[in-house]
Amino acid sequence: MSDITKQSLSELVENIKCKKLSSSEVTKAFVERSEKSKELNAYITEDYANALNKAKKFDEKPNLDLKLPGIPMAVKDLFCTRDLRTTAGSKILNNFVPTYESTVTQNIWNEGAILMGKLNCDEFAMGSSNETSFFGNVQNPIDKNLVPGGSSGGSSSAVAAQLTPITIGTDTGGSIRQPASFTGTVGLKPTYGSCSRYGIVAFASSLDQAGPMAQNVKDCTLLQEVISTYDEKDSTSIDFKRNEYSKELTKDIKGKKIGIPKEYRVDGMPKEIEDLWKKGIEYAKDCGAEIIDISLPHTNYALPAYYIVAPAEASSNLARYDGVKYGFRAEGENLIDMYEKTRSEGFGAEVQRRIMIGTYVLSSGYYDAYYLKAQKVRKLIKNDFDEAYKKVDAILTPSTPSSAFKIGEKTNDPVSMYLNDIFTVPVNLAGLPGISIPAGHDAKGYPLGLQIIGKAFDEQNILNIAYAMEEKINFKNNITDWWVK
Amino acid sequence: MSIDLKTIKHISKLSRISVDEKKAEKLAGDLNSIFDFIEKLNELKTDNVEPLTSVAETTLKLRSDEVKSKNLRDQVIKNSPKENEDYFVVPKVIE
Repeated sequence: MSDITKQSLSELVENIKCKKLSSSEVTKAFVERSEKSKELNAYITEDYANALNKAKKFDEKPNLDLKLPGIPMAVKDLFCTRDLRTTAGSKILNNFVPTYESTVTQNIWNEGAILMGKLNCDEFAMGSSNETSFFGNVQNPIDKNLVPGGSSGGSSSAVAAQLTPITIGTDTGGSIRQPASFTGTVGLKPTYGSCSRYGIVAFASSLDQAGPMAQNVKDCTLLQEVISTYDEKDSTSIDFKRNEYSKELTKDIKGKKIGIPKEYRVDGMPKEIEDLWKKGIEYAKDCGAEIIDISLPHTNYALPAYYIVAPAEASSNLARYDGVKYGFRAEGENLIDMYEKTRSEGFGAEVQRRIMIGTYVLSSGYYDAYYLKAQKVRKLIKNDFDEAYKKVDAILTPSTPSSAFKIGEKTNDPVSMYLNDIFTVPVNLAGLPGISIPAGHDAKGYPLGLQIIGKAFDEQNILNIAYAMEEKINFKNNITDWWVK
Repeated sequence: MSIDLKTIKHISKLSRISVDEKKAEKLAGDLNSIFDFIEKLNELKTDNVEPLTSVAETTLKLRSDEVKSKNLRDQVIKNSPKENEDYFVVPKVIE
């Protein structure tokens, strides 16, 4: 089969299970395509030889009862992988080789998948365009010099370009959903506490969640089922009854109440986003859902609150990079000088900016004015959602306020870059699940996404709505292979 | 609200990130535009609002206090930039 990489995860699993394809054939196909796709710069670390070996071993004694039997997969370089370099897109972790495995990736290997390599991302997941990575820009396969979104930009690029059948990202303020939207792919941010954070390089601990990124909703659902487990190694992991999401996936969403929040009609939103949203509402109605207008009055305060909470937690989390225990070290005249030079040379500009913001808002005399204030606003935002969910089962919004932009277009203006996450950030602040599905194209032919936000722990419901709408939308990505050599 | 160079120097010291004059000026500009954006929160009255400390309304699980890992000394030291036998090495602190 020459078109192995064009198959969805579900098709590949089926073909391996009924022995039409071997893991070696599948792995070889994705490795070859990845090797021809270096121009995308989607990978930071390749592990192809090991992947091919593991595939061969799998084929010698295939366990076809597993959920991801012999499926090759590249993952975001924020997940610690035992014995394979994990950089978080940073110079400061350039030579870091974990001696342990993240729970989420361990869950994936336990179901038979095979690691192909580590995918590029914004440094410490701080960015919306993958331009803050120490390892360079990632190209969006949709068009040359277009950003793939961020921070999971290597992941979105690799899935859209079919270098990996599926992948995982992390989402602190939109880092799965925004890149999914920019590349015409599907990305789910699960409820906070659904997927273990153990072994994920920390950014903002009260917001970070791992989640699946895929070419379609069915594949996304299968991977969510694999990665979502209770884990006692993460004290914020929640022990709730998890569905067998893929078994319970259904397109029957008749009578589901879907809320449309008027506050998401932001000033200066392009008409094509507004039109996409209207189309989305019609698709939802076609699926039998009932549309209800709702209000989330504190939406406008989500981003400012986020830019206190996330940097504050980041400044605390990133204090561990001191050049002593692991990672990059710069020589200094004394201990303090060594710390300061290590961090100044080891972190990139955006990370330093956020550490400084976080340090400032937590510093003596400013805590109440900033961090405490932001935590109170966060409560108001969560209350908005709680109120809305008395009336509706889910909420439909655009995923992003624009389509993908050009590399370099927004790098000089941090605030305009932050505005990318205006529709995704409230979901993290409230700890809710949200999924982005591709829903159309703008005038330039670039993909646009719609976001479905659910109640806490109600992933099944938003997956079902996404599954039903996906069929009506019938989205096709325009991928021309322009980068293939 | 304005963050001046003196404040930048202070935060840089607290953050253990060295900044030279040029970098300090750039950071002051960036931080001022970000804080202008953050100031929007002051429009909201929040006197009687409880701060949200955890999105999940659960209490932390307790577990028994027992050692589960074996001796991980080699693993712990494996990635250190400079070590001497079982110790991390840093520049001399005490004369």
